[in-house]
Amino acid sequence: MSTTSPRSSRRPFTPRALAAVAVCGALALAGCSAPGSGNTTQPKTKSASKISTDPSKAGKVTLSVWDQEVRGGQNAEITQLNKEFQAKYPNVTIKRTSKSFSDLKTTLKLALSGNNPPDVVEANQGYPDMVTFVKAGMLLPLDSYAKAYGWTKRYPATLLALNRVSSDASHFGEGKLYGLSQMGEYVGVYYNKTKLKKLGLTPPTSWSQFTADLAKIKAKGELPIQFGNLDKWPAIHTFGVIQAATAGKQEVRNLVFGTGSAKWTSAPTVQAAKTLQSWTTKGYFPSGVNGIGYDDANKQFAQGKGVFDITGTWEAATLKGPMGSSLGLMPTPPTSKGLATTGGESLAFSVTSKSKNPDVAAAYINFITNAHAADVMLKTGNLPAVPGKAASSLSSSSIEGQMVAGWQKISAADGLVPYLDYSTPTFYDTITAALQNLIGGKATPQQFTQTLQDDYSKFHQG
Amino acid sequence: MANRVRAAYRRRAPGEPRALGYLYIAPALVVFVAMVIVPLGQSVWYSLFSWDGLSVATWVGVGNYTALVSDPTLRGPFLHALVLLIFYSLLPILLGLLLAAAMSRVRVRGLTFFRTVLFLPQVLAMVVVAVTWRWIYAPGGLLNEALRLVGLDGLTHSWLGDFTLALPAIGVAGTWVGFGLCMVLFLAGVQTIPRERYEAARLDGAGPLQEFRAVTLPALRPQIAVAATLTIVAGLRNFDLIYLTTAGGPGNSTAVPAYEVYHRAFEIGQVGSAAAVGIGLTVLIFLLTVVVSRLVEGTQ
Repeated sequence: MSTTSPRSSRRPFTPRALAAVAVCGALALAGCSAPGSGNTTQPKTKSASKISTDPSKAGKVTLSVWDQEVRGGQNAEITQLNKEFQAKYPNVTIKRTSKSFSDLKTTLKLALSGNNPPDVVEANQGYPDMVTFVKAGMLLPLDSYAKAYGWTKRYPATLLALNRVSSDASHFGEGKLYGLSQMGEYVGVYYNKTKLKKLGLTPPTSWSQFTADLAKIKAKGELPIQFGNLDKWPAIHTFGVIQAATAGKQEVRNLVFGTGSAKWTSAPTVQAAKTLQSWTTKGYFPSGVNGIGYDDANKQFAQGKGVFDITGTWEAATLKGPMGSSLGLMPTPPTSKGLATTGGESLAFSVTSKSKNPDVAAAYINFITNAHAADVMLKTGNLPAVPGKAASSLSSSSIEGQMVAGWQKISAADGLVPYLDYSTPTFYDTITAALQNLIGGKATPQQFTQTLQDDYSKFHQG
Repeated sequence: MANRVRAAYRRRAPGEPRALGYLYIAPALVVFVAMVIVPLGQSVWYSLFSWDGLSVATWVGVGNYTALVSDPTLRGPFLHALVLLIFYSLLPILLGLLLAAAMSRVRVRGLTFFRTVLFLPQVLAMVVVAVTWRWIYAPGGLLNEALRLVGLDGLTHSWLGDFTLALPAIGVAGTWVGFGLCMVLFLAGVQTIPRERYEAARLDGAGPLQEFRAVTLPALRPQIAVAATLTIVAGLRNFDLIYLTTAGGPGNSTAVPAYEVYHRAFEIGQVGSAAAVGIGLTVLIFLLTVVVSRLVEGTQ
């Protein structure tokens, strides 16, 4: 007894006490200031006249570039352009780091907050990425470069708008320019030419003809539209296309960019929700849409199950493989309000504010988006944001030809409406869950639009 | 003089001076503090802010924690995780016990082969598991085809797209992954039970069920505790299966805390909220493992 009592009275370091000390110490190490630093002052920019547009005079420069162009044609395009740029300016070495989209998304924030960020990065448009970077002062406004290089003449205003962030970094779609995108993309209607012909139909030229065809196809026992929404986001595009048709481009733009007094609960948007839900109940989509994967649905379409497939131009190459010449693509058929379809552009090439060679970085961005670059992109199977001379040499019956022709038609009609998930920082979550509810019959069109409006008013009021 | 020192030294318990012990654990402790405790402290600190990951954060105090209870999109994931524990932990343990009991009693030819096959799901990469089950559950997938084949067309579903069935469907995939580990643990445990006990039980006229209850189950108590702890921790941390099959859908009906941590921190830039979910998850895992060790292991 006597040997144990002094031991128990003298235990300065119980494991519990040790843990407590460790946690306190950790808190102290973590630092007791608010996390995040950012640049409290926004980066300074020079005027257009002071910009050097000739990188050959910059001396020996290493330009570090982070992009996400890892896939076949994209990788080929950027590799060739990098090579050409370095051949033209032997004093510049490009150090390229390419990561997949999701890898770039998860690592870019850390890279930007370091002391030696890359000079040029591809920033994703929207609140969680580009707007956050701008708010923290990580990106350089490129307006004076746009002036020096004439980018506002090169690009249509709708495409530049997506890469603009307001000066207080509260919203995007207008304000200063923070990057240029190489490629365009739009959601269109892919169709199976063989199936259409067998059904005695021609590719629809108007929205009303398109919806009438759906009923006809269903009546003949075929699946009108192939669709899979297990991955949650594909329905944004399907709904976006329907909404663009029922509400028109201006209403959707106002909604997404928060201009005017547009409401998600307005009649045309409710109508679009009704249409999407009725397509489900009428069996225009395969049954159990919420349980079918996006890739699986496209594979089914390529194998001949489904007459139409509403998705983006990024699927053209994949679908062309098995379908060959029976694959057709058109922008969403126009309504009486004109041509309008969901779409956008690839990630923006931006210059970081800590870059030591912003002039060379901007010259690089200029180089990979000019008319020659557009031809390189086209030859490697991509859709350049502004197609160059090579576009006219494409056959109008080939899928590439149709894709580019559709893009030019949309640009000419100024018919591009932005992705709906750009609306608020949390809108992606809100709309993907709400769309699955709508399609699954868990929510009425009114409840669906109210859910969207609630998220929207919370952001625009608070 | 020297004698007194020696006497004073001898009066201490062996191993003294105690402080010296901390020197021995110092290298490990330094690594542990740097790699675990400091990040944990940082997470606690971040969880008190509303932070986008880059610009200066704003203090919200316990706001992120009260949201765990008040916000249905955060409360839901925790409830789902608890439901999934039935599939990730309870069922694998029951199945493992059943298989271990059967395999230990009956002499099966090619036992090693069966054991290996049953353990296989445990070693497969989760990506492979997820993609496979996505195909199985697809509207035109293996499960529905099988149901149609035997004339049960009425039971076919879009499994992962169904609001009530998606969560149990993912749970079943989790059970499939987890039961092999439990079985192997229990088989190893069964082999340490002295044969004499079984003989004694049989001489006393015990049937297979009584034998299992009176001999096997009590002897497997430590293995059950280990299996429960491992599967509960793995189940609550589970991220990849959800991320790769439903991404929390349909609606938010399969969202789990681990997925919310990733989604909020990396995809929508709500680092403070993500940290609060992570800390909440840590506390939940800690509490459950304490309960398991008290209940199953019987230790205080």
